[in-house]
Amino acid sequence: MATAAVQAPPLREYPVIPILARDAMAGSRPYPASEKMNEALGFPGKLVDGWREKAVLKIGELVAKNRGLRVFLDACVHCGACTDKCHYFLGTGDPKNMPVARQDLFRKVYRRYFTLGGKLFPKLVGAEDLTESVLEDWYRYFNQCSECRRCSVYCPYGIDTAEITMAAKEVMDSIGVGQKYTNEIIGKVHKIGNNLGLPGPALKNTLETLEEEVKEETGQDVRFPLDEKGAEVLVVTPSADFFAEPHVYSLVGYAKVFHAAGIRWTLSSHASEAANFGVFIGSQAQMKAIAGRVREAALELGVRRLVVGECGHAWRVAYSFWNTLIGPFDFLDSRYPVPQHICELTYDLIERGAITFDREKNDAHVVTFHDSCNVARASGMGGLPRGQFIIPRAVIRAAANHFHDMAPETIHEHTFCCGGGGGLLTDELLELRVKGALPRMEALQKVVDEHGVNFMATICAICKAQFAKVLPYYKFDMGMIGGVHQLVSNAIRLGRND
Amino acid sequence: MPVLTIVYACLFYAAAAVLVAGFAWKVAEYWRAPAPLKIPTTPAPATPAGAAVRVAREVVLFESLFRANKWIWLFGWLFHVALALVLLRHLRYFQDPVWGVVALAQPFGIYAGFAMLAGLAGLWARRFLVERIRYISTASDHLMLALLVAIAASGLAMKYVAHTDVVAVKAFMLGLLVFDWQPLPADPVLLVHLALVALLMAVFPASKLLHAPGVFFSPTRNQADDSRERRHVAA
Ligand code: SF4
Ligand code: SF4
Ligand code: SF4
Repeated sequence: MATAAVQAPPLREYPVIPILARDAMAGSRPYPASEKMNEALGFPGKLVDGWREKAVLKIGELVAKNRGLRVFLDACVHCGACTDKCHYFLGTGDPKNMPVARQDLFRKVYRRYFTLGGKLFPKLVGAEDLTESVLEDWYRYFNQCSECRRCSVYCPYGIDTAEITMAAKEVMDSIGVGQKYTNEIIGKVHKIGNNLGLPGPALKNTLETLEEEVKEETGQDVRFPLDEKGAEVLVVTPSADFFAEPHVYSLVGYAKVFHAAGIRWTLSSHASEAANFGVFIGSQAQMKAIAGRVREAALELGVRRLVVGECGHAWRVAYSFWNTLIGPFDFLDSRYPVPQHICELTYDLIERGAITFDREKNDAHVVTFHDSCNVARASGMGGLPRGQFIIPRAVIRAAANHFHDMAPETIHEHTFCCGGGGGLLTDELLELRVKGALPRMEALQKVVDEHGVNFMATICAICKAQFAKVLPYYKFDMGMIGGVHQLVSNAIRLGRND
Repeated sequence: MPVLTIVYACLFYAAAAVLVAGFAWKVAEYWRAPAPLKIPTTPAPATPAGAAVRVAREVVLFESLFRANKWIWLFGWLFHVALALVLLRHLRYFQDPVWGVVALAQPFGIYAGFAMLAGLAGLWARRFLVERIRYISTASDHLMLALLVAIAASGLAMKYVAHTDVVAVKAFMLGLLVFDWQPLPADPVLLVHLALVALLMAVFPASKLLHAPGVFFSPTRNQADDSRERRHVAA
């Protein structure tokens, strides 16, 4: 296959819904996982004999143990309300990237084997056998869904394509059709403790270097503790925060917040990863095993509070699932929410006047905020309605003078995914990632033109990595992307507690 | 007893049995399947009571659809509200004496018949005119619309074109309820209307009409946003 350079679609002033471009993205498929990677997670190494029967059995098992999946498969009326809601459809025009069409790839198989209509009159109801070419479509197009749930907001029955994508990935994993990027990374977490495969000693070194750098820059002894027993707070953050840019600036921000507020905190080498790719492949067993490390670390270190760093899907897993998967948290301080988002913690301290800012230190930045979809649509903050929109913005405004929101239909629960979530942040999917970012880029262009925005803050490690990569394709500077706590780090006053 | 009456009586018992049994079966399936994790979609209310109100708003106002697409909302909502009025109006065939609300609904029920057709026409037109919706439409989507249009049209035809003996129809229906069969008028339009309704009842549990119970069981809508406060354990 020719590897033509990826081209970004042109930005338009008034986005229109694309006309259908059939099979436009049929060539987009991620690398398959190797036998070893699949087996490390307890999946068959390669496509099993009798895969069709096994896949059908698996589908039956999944619908029996998941009410949502069953309802979603039955309830769709093909109204079409979701057809123009997916950023991947908007960016590629491929009709199979319309949420309902993506669901139908699964639904047609479900209908064929599990419904009366599909057994008797498959053609009539759009039911189809699970053939090799259907499986191939699954592999392509369920790996073109970032599980961002935007479509679910608009569906009259709340049908969540992400749940169907997860189910499809679960079925595929169960017959040996795993995806390399996700499965390899999950293997690393089990073996080493984080997605990046960064072993404990290397982590220790990195943190010591950071301490020295911050000392040099600020003259303050801001600490980056690792495995400190008796600390009050355990921070679990995406491992990208330890050395990727711009992620690490946010980590410095967290450290400064704890320093300024005088809270004893620690990171853990055992749970050195907040990301939980188990959710991407729809495996509750994997999710639970990965999250289990956090509980173990919290107990081992004897902390009183659990705080999660800037990471979208990790916050979803923590906020929505941890209590179910690894709770109850009766060994932690019940005066604080468990888990707590770093933005909630910082916001609280701001409200109480425990930390203050020299806002003009951020005057070079004209800031906008990208709502990460997992935070926006699948979690909350602060126990207040829409807190996940209010709190990060309040933190930004406390730390910076210039802030402008993007267009209302592109933020809050309507936010567009960055284009790299759901286990798609891998180079062979670059074309998809660039095109999927189109709606966000168009919204960004508007505030750049109108307000001179030059900094897009976000609270998701995947968003940061994805934007750093795709911004240049749209002629933006990759340095435009950064974390909310990066702004906090720039402007927070440190002196007082020393 | 005319054969026709016997055939239609049996038809309706059969259709009702399929509808009730199939519906109960599906609802039991939804009920029994556990919800393993909390997956409400923003904006999710913080309490179960709030979530119930949210579901009610979806059912009555089609709130999410309104935010998604004004045309689909308009046609879809129009159709469903009209259908509700028409069903209310039809209750008079099953009651003696007739409830006050049902009597009150009578004149509106007629207009509703037309509104129903208009809504259906709009929805159907979109299946042809909008490329995206044409792409996702299956034969059964078209057939379902055809069935509903035919039911509405035959119903209106009895009001405006070929009158039928509604007193006799009422006697037939009331008779069905107490297993005391009364003769059914042999008007062709009526027979078509009733046969199609029976068909609709019978396909209900095996078709996309399951969106009706489904909306109540959709976890993204009926779950409260309280995962940190209350430990959710899959039931
Ligand atoms: S909005 Fe919901 S019901 Fe309508 S087509 Fe999409 S998934 Fe189906
Ligand atoms: S979940 Fe997001 S990526 Fe997947 S189909 Fe829906 S809108 Fe598209
Ligand atoms: S990376 Fe960010 S925007 Fe993209 S799917 Fe995840 S949370 Fe959403």
